[in-house]
Amino acid sequence: MNVSMMHVWMILIGVLCNVACALPGCFLVLRRMSLLGDAISHAVLPGIVIGFLLSQTLDSWMLFAGAMVFGVLTAFLTETLRRYGGIAEDASLGIVFTALFALGVLLINAVGKYYRVDLDADCVLHGNLEWVVLDRVELGSLRVPRALFSLVPIVLIVIGFVVLLWKELKISAFDPALSTAVGLNSSVMHYLLMGLVAVVTVAAFQVVGSVLVVAMLIVPAATAHLLTDRLSWMLLLSAAVATVAAVLGYGGARLWDLNTAGMMAVAVGVLFTGAVMLAPRHGLLAKGLQQCQLSLRISSEDVLALLYRTEERGGSDGLSVTECGRAAGTTWTARWAVPSLLRQQLVERTPSAAIRLTSKGRDVARSLVRSHRLWEAYLVQHFDLPLDHLHEPAERVEHFIGPALQEKLSAELSHPASDPHGRPIPGDEKS
Amino acid sequence: VIYYNTLVVLIGTSLLGIAAGLVGTFAVLRRRSLVGDAVAHAALPGLCLAFLIAGKSVPNLLLGALATGLLCVVAIAAVARWTRIKEDAAIGIGLTVFFGAGVALLSYIQKHPNDDPAGLNSYLWGTTGSMLAEDAALILGLTLLTLVVTLLLYKEFRLTAFDPEFARGQGWPTLLLDLALLGLIVIVVVIGLRSVGVLLVSAVLIVPAAAARFWTDRLSVMMIVSAGIGLLMGAGGTQFSVLSGLATGPVIVLTGTLLLAISTLLAPRHGVIARLVAHYRFRRSLRIGSP
Repeated sequence: MNVSMMHVWMILIGVLCNVACALPGCFLVLRRMSLLGDAISHAVLPGIVIGFLLSQTLDSWMLFAGAMVFGVLTAFLTETLRRYGGIAEDASLGIVFTALFALGVLLINAVGKYYRVDLDADCVLHGNLEWVVLDRVELGSLRVPRALFSLVPIVLIVIGFVVLLWKELKISAFDPALSTAVGLNSSVMHYLLMGLVAVVTVAAFQVVGSVLVVAMLIVPAATAHLLTDRLSWMLLLSAAVATVAAVLGYGGARLWDLNTAGMMAVAVGVLFTGAVMLAPRHGLLAKGLQQCQLSLRISSEDVLALLYRTEERGGSDGLSVTECGRAAGTTWTARWAVPSLLRQQLVERTPSAAIRLTSKGRDVARSLVRSHRLWEAYLVQHFDLPLDHLHEPAERVEHFIGPALQEKLSAELSHPASDPHGRPIPGDEKS
Repeated sequence: VIYYNTLVVLIGTSLLGIAAGLVGTFAVLRRRSLVGDAVAHAALPGLCLAFLIAGKSVPNLLLGALATGLLCVVAIAAVARWTRIKEDAAIGIGLTVFFGAGVALLSYIQKHPNDDPAGLNSYLWGTTGSMLAEDAALILGLTLLTLVVTLLLYKEFRLTAFDPEFARGQGWPTLLLDLALLGLIVIVVVIGLRSVGVLLVSAVLIVPAAAARFWTDRLSVMMIVSAGIGLLMGAGGTQFSVLSGLATGPVIVLTGTLLLAISTLLAPRHGVIARLVAHYRFRRSLRIGSP
């Protein structure tokens, strides 16, 4: 057999399975039902075995029907146990799916003993991609794996489901109460989604096993959730992540001769970790950078305000670098405050190596002090605080009051000339 | 006739049931039930690594399981704390990615049979196979440890289980207490790996506590009932598994589910039958009272 063709088929099958799981997974993750997906993909096992016993073959619609019944049953039993048993949702979920999974395992062991089929408990866990690919049928001049005939329709069903019910899925994912209020029963959507997850599970589990099904339901969607804030992009990205994970996982598995489904789960885990670190807005690196920038800005602004106040009191010789450093505070970004101000030409060195404001820096500093003193005046007017309680909050807020808010504050206080301590509030003129 | 080996296993699973019953009470009340499931799945790569590095002695394997189990718990907590991913998805991610790594490692071990790989496979589904006396002693030691810690921290756990915000307000180290509870969950799961298996051991943690919830509204009583149900579940399940030759893990879990179903039906105040009776009496009293 053509070896390279076999690689193509295996990757294609992996991609189809993963994408079929990733799309409904987005809605599970958004609706905070990730673990219900996990539970359902375990709990459908008895349904699959019963379907097999009724039809005596592994590729019958009865397997799907059995799985759907048990999938919806899981969601239903969990809800019932939670509502009438007073057991927290996570616990009731844990009870229902472990019980059904245990039942399924016993059934499957019994079936394995009496029928000679490759349906055994380990196979359920990590699938059997290598064997699935060997089972081919003729299609024109190509010999394609039989599994494609169940996977392609499933992917189409999933895509059709998402496209047709787009607005319903969207509204019930983000606001179930509103959805019910406008006449879209969100519990109907709930059970529809559960049914879909069950169908996808059955289609995928024979090929890649329940481990990968659960991984692909949750991880690509979560990765996409870190990368974007739009639902449509989230679906596309989750499909992309699932595809990349299939290719990488397959490559890794062949390279080190390991189980394919396991390696695909590891690959998607690596992608997720990458997104946690590097995602443009929600990643840890981006957030850390943002915080550093903010902290540096606050330190620098504190230095500017100090220089302005010193000038105001008549000291025109500037301040030493040490004194400026003290105003910048003790955060670890503070040491860069003075260098960054020098670079932006907001301050300059005097011939005696002291630091003083440039005219550009003086404008910025004046605006800051204006914000500070306006806020103090505002606090006194509205909250009746003692005078020594004003500086602290104003020192925090001054960094976040822009020109627009300054104008509003000033108008609200009918353009005061001085702050509660009697110092002048500088105007918003530029020098 | 109970053989010596069966007796050792029986004692092991009974102790497991008691420990799981006690720890599970707090795990369920503190909404940490499914963390146990994640820990159990995450133990697989640890088992495999320990097997590859140090061979198949039980203490080594359990140490490996403990290590990756704890790593997974920490990873889940970090993702839920520092990213926009919610805790349920974080649990799912930790569970599947660690387990996937375990499956990959297991396939490596099975292709390079330098030792007896069947030993590892039994950790997936649980076994009553031969257990050395020192393994049983290890399990006994760990069980006693969880028992002592649970009883020592009873007051603190009670507070955080029912009102974590109040506990924090009172200045209790809630983070440390949560970590202690997670640590206990990890230990119970690791004890249960051998007899119940990676895939189902979380049920041992949840089912007894959930069943005990039907019988009482008092925490102290709930713990005792839960430990009792855990004991019945472990011992009964093991015995039935030995007699029938069915896989141990699933049989223990289904025994527990049966006990839960009985509790759901028959418990005096919260049970289904008691509620139906109370409802019927209430309706009759209304009919008699009306003119």
